[in-house]
Amino acid sequence: MHTHPLSRLRRTWAATAALIALATASAACGGGTPTGGANDAPKTLTYWASNQGATLEFDKEVLTPELAKFEQQTGIKVKLEVVPWTDLLNRILAATTSGQGPDVLNIGNTWSASLQATGGLVQFDTKTMDAVGGKARFLPSALASAGAPGKDPTAVPLYSLAYGLYYNKKHFADAGIDKPPATWEELIEDGKKLTKGDRHGLAIEGASIPENSHHAFVFGQQYGADFFDAAGKPQFDTPQAVTAVKAYVDLMARDKIAAPGNAEYSANQSLKDFATGKASMLMWQSAATSLANLGMKPDEWGVVPVPLPAQPPPGGKKVTSLVAGINIAIFKSTRNRDGALKFVKFMTSDEEQKTLNKTYKSLPPVLPAQQDPAFSTPDQQTFKQILASSAAPLPMVPQESQFETLVGGALKDLFADAAAGRPITEERVKSKLTAAQQRMGQGG
Amino acid sequence: MTQRTAGTGVRRPDVAMAGGRGGAPKGARPGRPRRRVSGRLRRGVLPYLLLLPALCFELLVHLAPMIVGAVMSLRELTLFFIRDWSGAPWVGLRNYQVAVDFDAPLGRALLQSFLVTVAFTVLAVGLSWLLGTVAAIFMQDRFRGRGTLRAIFLVPYALPVYAAVMTWAFMFQRDTGMVNDLLVDQLHLLDERPFWLIGGNSFWALLTVVVWRSWPFAFLILMAGLQAVPRELYEAAAIDGAGVWRQVRRITLPSLRPINQVLVLVLFLWTFNDFTTPFVLFGKSAPASADLISIHIYQSSFVTWDFGAGSAMSVLLLLFLLVVTAGYLVVTSRRRTADA
Amino acid sequence: MRRRSPMAPPAWFVWLRRVTLTVLTVFTVTPVYVMLSSSLKPLRDVQGSFQWIPSVFTLRPYVDIWHTVPLARYFVNSLIVATSATVLSVVIAIFAAYALSRYRFPGRRVFSVTVLSTQMFPGILFLLPLFLIFVNIGNATGIALYGSRGALILTYLTFSLPFSIWMLVGYLDSIPRELDEAARVDGCGPIGALLRVIVPAAVPGIVAVTVYAFMTAWGETLFASVMTNDSTRTLAVGLQGYSTQNEVFWNQVMAASLVVSVPVVAGFLLLQRYLVTGLTAGAVK
Repeated sequence: MHTHPLSRLRRTWAATAALIALATASAACGGGTPTGGANDAPKTLTYWASNQGATLEFDKEVLTPELAKFEQQTGIKVKLEVVPWTDLLNRILAATTSGQGPDVLNIGNTWSASLQATGGLVQFDTKTMDAVGGKARFLPSALASAGAPGKDPTAVPLYSLAYGLYYNKKHFADAGIDKPPATWEELIEDGKKLTKGDRHGLAIEGASIPENSHHAFVFGQQYGADFFDAAGKPQFDTPQAVTAVKAYVDLMARDKIAAPGNAEYSANQSLKDFATGKASMLMWQSAATSLANLGMKPDEWGVVPVPLPAQPPPGGKKVTSLVAGINIAIFKSTRNRDGALKFVKFMTSDEEQKTLNKTYKSLPPVLPAQQDPAFSTPDQQTFKQILASSAAPLPMVPQESQFETLVGGALKDLFADAAAGRPITEERVKSKLTAAQQRMGQGG
Repeated sequence: MTQRTAGTGVRRPDVAMAGGRGGAPKGARPGRPRRRVSGRLRRGVLPYLLLLPALCFELLVHLAPMIVGAVMSLRELTLFFIRDWSGAPWVGLRNYQVAVDFDAPLGRALLQSFLVTVAFTVLAVGLSWLLGTVAAIFMQDRFRGRGTLRAIFLVPYALPVYAAVMTWAFMFQRDTGMVNDLLVDQLHLLDERPFWLIGGNSFWALLTVVVWRSWPFAFLILMAGLQAVPRELYEAAAIDGAGVWRQVRRITLPSLRPINQVLVLVLFLWTFNDFTTPFVLFGKSAPASADLISIHIYQSSFVTWDFGAGSAMSVLLLLFLLVVTAGYLVVTSRRRTADA
Repeated sequence: MRRRSPMAPPAWFVWLRRVTLTVLTVFTVTPVYVMLSSSLKPLRDVQGSFQWIPSVFTLRPYVDIWHTVPLARYFVNSLIVATSATVLSVVIAIFAAYALSRYRFPGRRVFSVTVLSTQMFPGILFLLPLFLIFVNIGNATGIALYGSRGALILTYLTFSLPFSIWMLVGYLDSIPRELDEAARVDGCGPIGALLRVIVPAAVPGIVAVTVYAFMTAWGETLFASVMTNDSTRTLAVGLQGYSTQNEVFWNQVMAASLVVSVPVVAGFLLLQRYLVTGLTAGAVK
């Protein structure tokens, strides 16, 4: 009576045992795939888009008609998934480890060198690059953020962004300040004038790891600090780096032009504070859409390059932003390499570049598309200028993502100290940075 | 008397944990003469067949990955090798040496995180147990509204973790949170608005959330245990003139001992390995004072992409938990045997 | 009901009880109240200073939650995953617990100890390996486990197995063996005895285990975040969608949290009576 279920059970067991044996065996052999990708599934593509608009759903609405256009042109159906930023790096990691991922994906351009080092992405050598339209189409600084120096890019730029200093025009006028600050000294002075009651001069995203690390990088450049030496070895606690990081944290700690509460901001509350008039200045990447969504009118704010020190410190560079942006890459494990290249070419075509960058208020890293008048608004002119003259790529080293995590984390702790009223001394900054450097591990 | 009450609690630890130590023979005994050979054969393999599905899934989801994880800990599995990790160089025990080198920064950070976790776990388990016990004792007698109150108390445990923890994160915000509104604006207990999600206070914030979530579980289990204590015991004690406090000490607590043995262990393991609560509360980079070991290991493997080191730390953690659990069971079981 | 008898607690005890239970109730209920009240506020009011009583009531968040993220889809995914994992887990646990409770056999002890010790595994240790194993099974057999609900079901059912087996062994031990014998006399085989006699007698224990397994699957975040994709994402991960590029929709977060909590909390509270009986297992004589 019960032999049937039991023999069924036995069969299940045999099957499962075989599966486990297979799994462990093939896991031990790794999930290597032939380099460069195959072409045995030419009719479909999977595309992981990063979250560029206000919500995932918004991005889907924006991209779906474009993908339909692509299908019409090529007959290739693109399966879209918009991956939230919180998951994107882990998902890429999982895909790299397993060889099971999308065909085409967006990456934060600062991750380029890290992801290049994993060997999971198709390299854009000259031939591959020509297949998507050639090197000459892209803004050189954006292309420099698509892979380690001296190597072929591992992705091509898709959207370009830069940091600018946003300021509230009305607040400035009310305080009798006639022009936005160009130096840190001016910014601090203005900030003190603007800080009154509930309102603060500057809003800082103090608990956000990426924001902190980006500002640390820019301050570092201005004060002559490189977080990695020429050989790619981490050097987080040089005197210049300590001065640079301290200068940033001091905006809250010493000058008190940022509210202590900013130390726990990590969900873009500073953007909100600026939009609602609780802060008069904000350093942010292309914030126009977000500010408009939060109810601010375009003529209420102005944007200028992030300030520089009045006296350039020795070794300091005139850098006001990193080359921020999104790159588009192809997974090596793709089974539709030609289709993937076609898709990258499509996404970087003049027309798509104009449409998408207009929607996301970013700049096209594709030179012909930049000519469109939509990218000549005062805001966009400023950003074009910054990207062309005073933006530097984050260190393109494999350990970049660790740098972001560890230095960004160190700054988060320092802001927490500053907010709690503890003095931010050079020793304290140095010890935090030293600890961060030591955690880079033996790989460095 | 003591022996009887001790025996009436939930008896699982003996049965399952120690594999039926000293248990009486039960049910069908293998080796008992059977009528037919095939029947005996079938009887012999039947328990194994019954266990098979469980065994398969355990092998697939728990044991095989654990072995793979242990193998990973012997390799230099950094981002250069994750794509083809059979190519990752074997480094022997180097990942372990780095993890336990407490003079070097990585080891020191791990030790610090470990100590924070131990302190945190002791406090969290202690408080959850205490609240659970107090509530269970107070709710032993019938009174009006007892059922409603019991339902209310169980809500935190029934809520999905992330939903509950997100609410706490909302409440712990410095400028707009309910906690500071209560402490500073309503009760005027503090002049300055403290931070709860960054800096030193984050330890207490985390403790509050975890105790809030886990004391109802202690309450539920202990309440179940108390139902098994015969009323006559209390009546007899009351007639003998024992006060409430004496009854609790003489009857309630001893009867709960076998349950407590299991409860404390389960709470300990869950709290020690808790990942979701600190992760939802603090994100990928927890403040040093609330840097629980699970978050620390997550950061060491997923954020810095060094899976060899992360696996080595996990294996060490597992060994620690095994030793503590084994020691705990030996000590508590021996004491119970001695008491009985 | 009961008059003052020698058993009636003294007045100080009653007062202490009132005070303690009141404090505990406030502690327990406050976050739930915050959740509920914040879910009824417009966005502006959850971003400013905290208000104990909403100045403006709105049901808008409960409408918006379904559009901001595809909550309905996540809900269905969670429901499928949690239900399947629970059913399978409970069935498998009943078989295993029956074997452990009613038979003595070589390896019994090893099995119990091993399975229970998996409770000690830090999830982080086997997240990546498990993922790799699923992927390799997929590569070897063509069954796409990674990204499918199946992988999550497998994972969650196993997560709740050890504790479920252990609880059920305790419960089955408390069921008199004479019941089995009686069933055998009536001509049932061991499986027949299990299904016809033991399972009906073990309902409270089984309910307790079911609730536990369902809650485990409904609330898990870490594995779900790596193992799901857009179409299989569960609630635990999907709820992150209310923090957008611009701001966190706290009122919607709270509304969605309440909506996803209601099924579990309601089920839990409805079944709590069974839960207590089920947990009291060993005490039944």
